[in-house]
Amino acid sequence: MNNVPLLQVEDLKKYFPIKAGVFRRTVGWVKAVDGVSFEVFPEETLGIVGESGCGKSTLGMTVMRLYEPTAGSIFFQGEDISSLPASQLKGVRRNIQMIFQDPFTSLDPRMHIGSIVEEGMKVHRVASPPEVRRRALDLLEKVGLGAEYFSRYPHEFSGGQRQRIGIARALALNPRLVVADEPVSSLDVSVRSQILNLLKDLKREYQLTYIFISHDLAVVRQICDRVIVMYLGKVVEIADGDTFFSSPSHPYSVALTSAVPVPDPDYEVKRIILSGDVPSPINPPEGCRFHTRCPVAQEVCSQVEPALEEVGENQWAACHFPGSLSWERA
Amino acid sequence: MEENNLLLQVQDLKVYFYNEEGQELKAVDGVGFYLRKGETIALVGESGCGKSVTSLAILRLVDSDGKIQGGKILLEGRDLLSLSEREMREVRGRDISMIFQEPSSALNPVYTIGDQIIEAIILHQKLSYHQARKTAEELLRLVGIPEARKRLDEYPHELSGGMKQRAMIAMALSCHPKVLIADEPTTSLDVTIQAQILELIEELQRQLNMGVILITHDLGVVAGMAERVVVMYAGKVVEEGSRWDIFHHPHHPYTWGLLHSIPRLDVKQEKLAIIPGVVPDPLNFPSGCRFRNRCPLEDEVCLTEPSREEIENQHYVYCHHHSQIEVLETRGFSQ
Repeated sequence: MNNVPLLQVEDLKKYFPIKAGVFRRTVGWVKAVDGVSFEVFPEETLGIVGESGCGKSTLGMTVMRLYEPTAGSIFFQGEDISSLPASQLKGVRRNIQMIFQDPFTSLDPRMHIGSIVEEGMKVHRVASPPEVRRRALDLLEKVGLGAEYFSRYPHEFSGGQRQRIGIARALALNPRLVVADEPVSSLDVSVRSQILNLLKDLKREYQLTYIFISHDLAVVRQICDRVIVMYLGKVVEIADGDTFFSSPSHPYSVALTSAVPVPDPDYEVKRIILSGDVPSPINPPEGCRFHTRCPVAQEVCSQVEPALEEVGENQWAACHFPGSLSWERA
Repeated sequence: MEENNLLLQVQDLKVYFYNEEGQELKAVDGVGFYLRKGETIALVGESGCGKSVTSLAILRLVDSDGKIQGGKILLEGRDLLSLSEREMREVRGRDISMIFQEPSSALNPVYTIGDQIIEAIILHQKLSYHQARKTAEELLRLVGIPEARKRLDEYPHELSGGMKQRAMIAMALSCHPKVLIADEPTTSLDVTIQAQILELIEELQRQLNMGVILITHDLGVVAGMAERVVVMYAGKVVEEGSRWDIFHHPHHPYTWGLLHSIPRLDVKQEKLAIIPGVVPDPLNFPSGCRFRNRCPLEDEVCLTEPSREEIENQHYVYCHHHSQIEVLETRGFSQ
């Protein structure tokens, strides 16, 4: 892994307007992503985790410029793509591809899978038609679908197979960066491991870089080199994977990891049960956004917003009292 | 097994569905298990294994395309399949109740939370509206909903996912059922909320001494909650045992593969085990052992259906080759 980031995101914000009344006036904002900065290095897998509504998917979509950023910059290979006009985005999109969560809605039901995989290559005119065909067949083979499937339609495939098609489509243009948004959440256990292993193999073979967005921490543990934890539109912790899973620092990370059930009846970590629900991103709490649910919050937490600071080797947390909550085996 | 401790027994249950062409789908094909008083068991398996259909059949709520074609469902010795529809209505909610995966679609959006709980109470207990409302308020408090009185008059859309699931649990518990069936109760919830709900179910079970049937695909949840585990595959039970039997000494290749293919939070696995192929189409289940076309131990014996064998005390497995399971430890699922 070298040290020049492939992607650099600085103070990125994405607000969605809330409209009301006859004239659809904007009456407020949903602050889905609210000042997020991070880097992605070549050939790493960066996990973005958090619960629903934390902004992780919006972040992925904004980085891809599928949503217009409200503020902040996105540097891809040194070039600021956050303000590029749509006409110039094509070249960038070739290098950033996406794998979607739902393999049932992300494939056009009226296209056969060969043309789904070929489409991107045709749009970008990367090769002659016979070459495009050859490459599509090759990719389908790589993801475990033989040439005999080439002219079949998406409805003829199972969820796992469709996800393989989505992966082949994402790789067709030889991207540098692949943003995978919950790519295995809708799959059954036995199929999930097939897809995870496939993603790992392809990464090695094509020197890919992944942003892996997921709510499933056990999956993230298996596939990610570094982890970003988000809560209500903010980054609360960034850490190296092994560090994060052995000693998370932010109280939210600690509670989150302790709540994941482990498939072993002898494994007993004292679950830290957070009270209440995630507050609304329309009116996030003052100070630290987590203080309303934090078991170790003190007065300062409701007043001053903590900055992301280095708390250990390869570990940053946005907390006034990092490391004050920990889980122990009971 | 002490007979008087038995709460629910499912014996050789068969639920078949029929499609438009009249083909028969054997969604549940000879499933049997039992539940003791105050015990939690888990039915686990992947989508299409028949676990949810089994639970619906216990309440006789299989929809009109399906038919219960055989078997017995004994609740404290009384066969539910022989009851009239009227008698069955008494059983639902009072003796056996159920919580569903999607609290948002299981609650009626046009009635308040209170009305829905009160309806269930009045249906089964001789209480006035006011008494029932009081009970409903206590129930909401019991399941940890703050400002219970105010919440009674709110509609489902005003509650978060976790709160809706709590409200549904309150409704399910309104008549102190003997059996609670929880069908993927936390699948649509975030992990911190999941932890709250699981804790709540465990706590209430202890308090009310219910039998709980937990239906889930999440083996992590199973390991933490269930005393015994029934593993299903393609409409059949493949293995049944205590959670230690199942998690530490699985004897069916499917159970083994399932356990080794789950990503775990506590260890970094270089490569996850893979069960090759996909779950078979219910119109075309393989003859004999239904797992055989994905199984590394398969040979011609597997063309005949394996019978139930007790390999340890109350640890049952349906596999001709269960004694060779150690082979998988060295070889895995690769052929």
